[in-house]
Amino acid sequence: MSAPVTYRQPVSRLWWLKKRTYVLFVMRELSSVFVAWFVVFLMMMVFAIGRGEESYQKFMDWAASPVIVVINVVALAFSLLHTVTWFALTPQAMVVRGPGSRQVRAMKEVRVAGQWVPAATVVRVGGRLPASVVIASQYVGLVAVSAFITWLVLR
Amino acid sequence: MADSIQMHVTRYSPGDPAPTVAVYEVPARKDWAILDGLNYIKDHVDGSLSYRWSCRMGICGSCGMNVEGEPELTCATFLTDYAPGPVRVEPLSNFPIVRDLVVDIEDFMEKLPRVKPWIIRDDDVTVIDGEYLQTPEELEEYKQFSNCINCMLCYAACPIYGLEPDFIGPAAIALAERYDLDSRDRGQRERLDVLIEKEGVWGCTFVGECTRVCPKHVDPAGAIQRYKLKAATENLRAFLLPRGAR
Repeated sequence: MSAPVTYRQPVSRLWWLKKRTYVLFVMRELSSVFVAWFVVFLMMMVFAIGRGEESYQKFMDWAASPVIVVINVVALAFSLLHTVTWFALTPQAMVVRGPGSRQVRAMKEVRVAGQWVPAATVVRVGGRLPASVVIASQYVGLVAVSAFITWLVLR
Repeated sequence: MADSIQMHVTRYSPGDPAPTVAVYEVPARKDWAILDGLNYIKDHVDGSLSYRWSCRMGICGSCGMNVEGEPELTCATFLTDYAPGPVRVEPLSNFPIVRDLVVDIEDFMEKLPRVKPWIIRDDDVTVIDGEYLQTPEELEEYKQFSNCINCMLCYAACPIYGLEPDFIGPAAIALAERYDLDSRDRGQRERLDVLIEKEGVWGCTFVGECTRVCPKHVDPAGAIQRYKLKAATENLRAFLLPRGAR
């Protein structure tokens, strides 16, 4: 029997504009460019500081120019989008177990001297923390780290 | 409320240069699903309309179609939710169309067995020797992923699968995770060998649309990200540890 004649549905180049969720996804991917920009910007600042006060002042004047300010505002918006979306996705990617979890004995394959062998081991089951707790704890962590850095810079 | 609603249905016959859209008028009954509308067309208007369906209760997974561009089980989507209409019914995206609303899912059928979605054991325990016991807690670990009905909505929603047909796809990885998390299974390594490849979990860029459209709340995107963590740990181990200790 020959394969049926089928019609292959084309994927439009603008597929990512078809749904709000697709647009948000592409924006999230794009945000990495702006995160990279911040890394470059910070490194330039560190180098400027290293070269002395005059160089630092020149860097600060350049950073205050309207073009750079606009770029940084846009970059900040994308960085926030990056942070918020990734924090929201974390509970999907990671199982964080809380106090309700329990250890059970299990047979799993483990590597011993390059070979996979079945071995009695212990795995943890149950007690999965709700998504809201995982997300909230990330924000707490972010605030704590930000507060520490602020203190470090301003003291 | 209007007593009828327009359905814009994709028609395609093998050999046609491209699909066309046919317009049908069907009764807008409050208790009708999109599938009932299609059945009305087939029974009373045009018997040549082709589409797949079976159980009408969201368990067989055969009536998946794009409704207004969103992958849906047509038996679980009310017609009147789209009132006053028209409502657009198309075949699932990312799959070749065989005829009208019927798509060719051969690609998935070929990919699914690659992840070995069954319990793998190395000890040859027979039925006579007894059953493998499992606690409710251990069942709970994988139960969510076992609810997959292979309806293909996740594949239709995944832009990566549309762009890179080699990607093994959401449902197959969710089912791999279902067996990996099963306390009776010993096949993690065999499945990881398949999924650690580029067209395995690394094809996914976490659009997350598969989870959003899943009618059984399986969360394939979650399964894929958890698998990435496993694959990354394995890669790191291979990179860092001396050969003997891996």
